[in-house]
Amino acid sequence: MNEKFETHEHDVLIIGAGGAGLRAAIEALGHGASVAVVCKSLLGKAHTVMAEGGIAAAMANVDAADDWRTHFRDTMRGGKFLNNWRMAQIHAQEAPDRVRELEQWGALFDRTSSGDILQRAFGGHTYKRLCHVGDRTGLEMIRTLQDRGVHLGIDVYMECAVTRLLKDGDRIAGAFAYWRETGRFVVFKAKSVVMATGGIGKAWRITSNSWEYTGDGMALAYEAGAELIDMEFVQFHPTGMVWPPGVQGILVTEAVRGEGGILRNKEGERFMERYDSEKMELSTRDVVARAIYTEVREGRGTEHGGAYLDISHKPAEYVKRKLPSMYHQFRELADVDITQGPMEVGPTCHYMMGGIRVDAETAQATVSGLFAAGEAAAGLHGANRLGGNSLSDLLVFGKRAGAAAAEHAKRSTPVNIEAADVEKAAREMLEPFERAAGDSPYQIHRELEELMQNYVGIFRNEEDLQKGLAALDQLQQRAAGVKVEGSRLFNPGWHLARDLKSMLTVAEAVALSARERKESRGAHSRIDYPKYDETWAKQNNVIVRDGDRMRLKQTPIDEMAPDLRKIVDV
Amino acid sequence: MSANATFNIFRGDRLGGELKEYEVPVAPGMVVLDALHYIQGHAAPDLAVRWNCKAGKCGSCSAEVNGKPRLTCKTRLDDLPLAEAVTVQPMKSFPVIKDLVTDVSWNYRVNRKIPPFHAPESVEWKMDQRDVDRVQEFRKCIECFLCQNVCHVLRDHSKQEQFGGPRFFVRVAGLEMHPLDDVSRTHLLKDELGIGYCNITKCCTEVCPEDIHITDNAIIPLKERVIDDYYDPVRWFLRKLKGKNNGA
Repeated sequence: MNEKFETHEHDVLIIGAGGAGLRAAIEALGHGASVAVVCKSLLGKAHTVMAEGGIAAAMANVDAADDWRTHFRDTMRGGKFLNNWRMAQIHAQEAPDRVRELEQWGALFDRTSSGDILQRAFGGHTYKRLCHVGDRTGLEMIRTLQDRGVHLGIDVYMECAVTRLLKDGDRIAGAFAYWRETGRFVVFKAKSVVMATGGIGKAWRITSNSWEYTGDGMALAYEAGAELIDMEFVQFHPTGMVWPPGVQGILVTEAVRGEGGILRNKEGERFMERYDSEKMELSTRDVVARAIYTEVREGRGTEHGGAYLDISHKPAEYVKRKLPSMYHQFRELADVDITQGPMEVGPTCHYMMGGIRVDAETAQATVSGLFAAGEAAAGLHGANRLGGNSLSDLLVFGKRAGAAAAEHAKRSTPVNIEAADVEKAAREMLEPFERAAGDSPYQIHRELEELMQNYVGIFRNEEDLQKGLAALDQLQQRAAGVKVEGSRLFNPGWHLARDLKSMLTVAEAVALSARERKESRGAHSRIDYPKYDETWAKQNNVIVRDGDRMRLKQTPIDEMAPDLRKIVDV
Repeated sequence: MSANATFNIFRGDRLGGELKEYEVPVAPGMVVLDALHYIQGHAAPDLAVRWNCKAGKCGSCSAEVNGKPRLTCKTRLDDLPLAEAVTVQPMKSFPVIKDLVTDVSWNYRVNRKIPPFHAPESVEWKMDQRDVDRVQEFRKCIECFLCQNVCHVLRDHSKQEQFGGPRFFVRVAGLEMHPLDDVSRTHLLKDELGIGYCNITKCCTEVCPEDIHITDNAIIPLKERVIDDYYDPVRWFLRKLKGKNNGA
């Protein structure tokens, strides 16, 4: 072990302090583990705070007919049956208890007239199923988990960024990180590591994601030898803001449609009739996003290249009460009063269905001691995620990952970290300061966003994906030679230089998987292969590191248990 | 609209610093945070700024724009007099780390003092929306700490050790007025969070980007609870008699 660096030792190290990370931390602590949470931002600012519409859980408070079986069926159908069905089952069965637990920790949901948790309609859900707090459900959730965790005694290392996982032979031994504030390096020694780092939306130009969403967890796990799965499935949320330019991509909650919002093109047509005449605006996100994109491409878009989303037929007071942050967001940033007229909306990169391949029961990755939960993990959502299933995912699998990580730590012998690995990690971080010349990390990032937007977007084809992969190769070479200016003290340019590496790794995995899957399914739409393909219905793409190269293989989907098969075949 | 705007931005650290001038092309609907990102991307790659959601939901990008405490993601350039340079400085009540980033860790330490939500064992989890509405106002807080930044007890008198600040009165109000909470925090309010220092000048309410009526709906009712518990002679006597575990 290297004495040069500040070192902290814990049983369980959790990377990421959103819903999944905090829920995992609370659970691991309950299992008697010493727990550290490391996060890139201040506590309480993780992406969960931006979640708006609600948590999907078959509580049956509003629609008495709802139960886990229907939630399971909706999730599988939404994911076009590419989901890990065991995860979908666990998720549907356990979500209601996770919501009740949140309430018992102090979360205050909107109520029904009989005093229970109120639930609203959302795309792809058969029943009114989303437990919510107006349109700021994520804030309520993160604040509840944050306060619970802090009072139970979790050590939180804020504004600290992990740059490498450390291993002891084949198993996880900890992580190397730096403090954003000072730039000083820090080593975390741990028998179990939980990846709860979220997604990769900052690789696209039009995105609802913040600077933190750079695919760190997926890239670090991949570099440590873990498998990634379903990487071609990137969710474009149908409704992001399109105007003015600075707010392009900012999320407009699906709750607008859940509360009765109507989509129209510039000719005033309710165009969803042509794409899904049954579910209309409450069709799944993949369908609605493609519909809006197609309307715009065929010349029926709005002034700023989107569609109109209108909720102004509802009473103004109702809109302000159920969608308060949308009301303020549009009034303050776009000069639009949504109680009086329509919003302009268009697709925005929002969520990664793919990620670290995990075991359904324990959330363990394919490397010993490594776990993953939430958006960083994959399996639950298959080819397309239903709105509201993300917050429940965080709670259900955050809890399971925390428990399994704590138990793994109990069973493990002490881990050893090689000084040479730590030195190597430190060297990597210092190099960008020492180069005489090189691109600015911001320049490379702009080019990456542009290329993913153009070549690996909503609609894909062989030629574009080929171009994208070639351009990514070029960018990877340039990114390896970026030059950073200034000192190590809170230096966003330096931080971006490291984040770029993660983004480029994950972007390559996305483009490679997208090129391989020669069919259209869920969020993956190939113009050159517009139909479902029977072969691809039965397998997932898996990305694994092979020396210094990225290798792609396929893995067959297990036959669904007969009792579950009966549920989905109804 | 392709005119430029001039920004004077504080560059420096704990040891000191100065305003530096940057030119930024103005686009329709642009906010101050967009300008800061432009400067990072083109002129000052090491300019330290906190931000996350860029939509007023996370409370990360607080700063003082032309001397006024604001979320930079919600401060439109077309609301500022662009004939003059726009000045952007870090929040004054917190120590500077670098540029616009300040050390707000004190807030997290204060939060640890507050006893969490607790409900009686056998409670039925039913609540009326009207009771929930009242508390949801406090739960809207995005922890931008602008209220802490403007509170004169902290800003001018540096009572950080004796006083919790408006953010944490809002948090305590959210717990105390939760329909099912059974903990009393009046002891904490009086002795550890020093609610008596607040002389209700409403500076906090004026800057709250979530429009929480901090003074009227949180602080004043909490002050009344403290008075009821500690200065009402009948209550005082009853408390002595019962030995209530206040603030456990």
